[in-house]
Amino acid sequence: MLFDFEIQGGDFATAGNASSQIKKILKQLNVDHRDIKRIVVALYEAEVNVVAHAFGGKISAEINTTEVRIRLVDEGPGIPDIELAMQQGYSTASPEVREMGFGAGMGLPNMKKNTDEMHITSVVDEGTTVELIFFLNQTPPNH
Amino acid sequence: MKISEIASHLGAVVVCGRDNADRDVEFGFASDLMSDVLTLETDNLVLLTGLANNQAVRTAEMSDIPCIIFVRNKKVTQEMIELATESNITLIEYPFSMFKAVVQLSKAGIKPVF
Repeated sequence: MLFDFEIQGGDFATAGNASSQIKKILKQLNVDHRDIKRIVVALYEAEVNVVAHAFGGKISAEINTTEVRIRLVDEGPGIPDIELAMQQGYSTASPEVREMGFGAGMGLPNMKKNTDEMHITSVVDEGTTVELIFFLNQTPPNH
Repeated sequence: MKISEIASHLGAVVVCGRDNADRDVEFGFASDLMSDVLTLETDNLVLLTGLANNQAVRTAEMSDIPCIIFVRNKKVTQEMIELATESNITLIEYPFSMFKAVVQLSKAGIKPVF
């Protein structure tokens, strides 16, 4: 199943709407709650990143019984040094983003922690594409 | 401890989500930085924060947090109530400091996450 959503850059009032919709879909599909949590936490971090840094973007989510693949494509400034951006504590967030409770340089590492695979490609002054891949039902039962 | 017991223990106002107030919470986490909240894997958690905006509610929604206590007399907006109601999250307003809320909840047996 494929689902598409739009993200408005800079609009903090609606940041998280797409993640919320996808969470509802995953619940309806009876995906394990531990998988839902790591999927939506990573996705929400990614959605907030688009709102915080880009002019706008699109989310497409592909969901089947064994895996969830989510691709976020934004139009924005891009990431000049992805390795640096992945470092815990590194952030280029504005004071406005920090006032929203983010911008501590924790989003990308937390996205990586919650995904099974994460791929980032970026072109400066054009935009960034993030792919989040989750394999379902792999968490040990007592986790 | 039930969410309703937490509210009465603090003498705080339940703004919305009374239907959810029978749920048990075991752990507490106090932070104004939502990035820190999003790293937690603990369930049955109450969040204490001074950050009264939509993103605090969204963070709770994504992290399966059933209750947020807004400290330092921060006020919940109508939009936050709507978001919380949709996700069955109880919002509580508390007029005093985060430190005082933590002390009271700790005495009542709410445990730290780490």
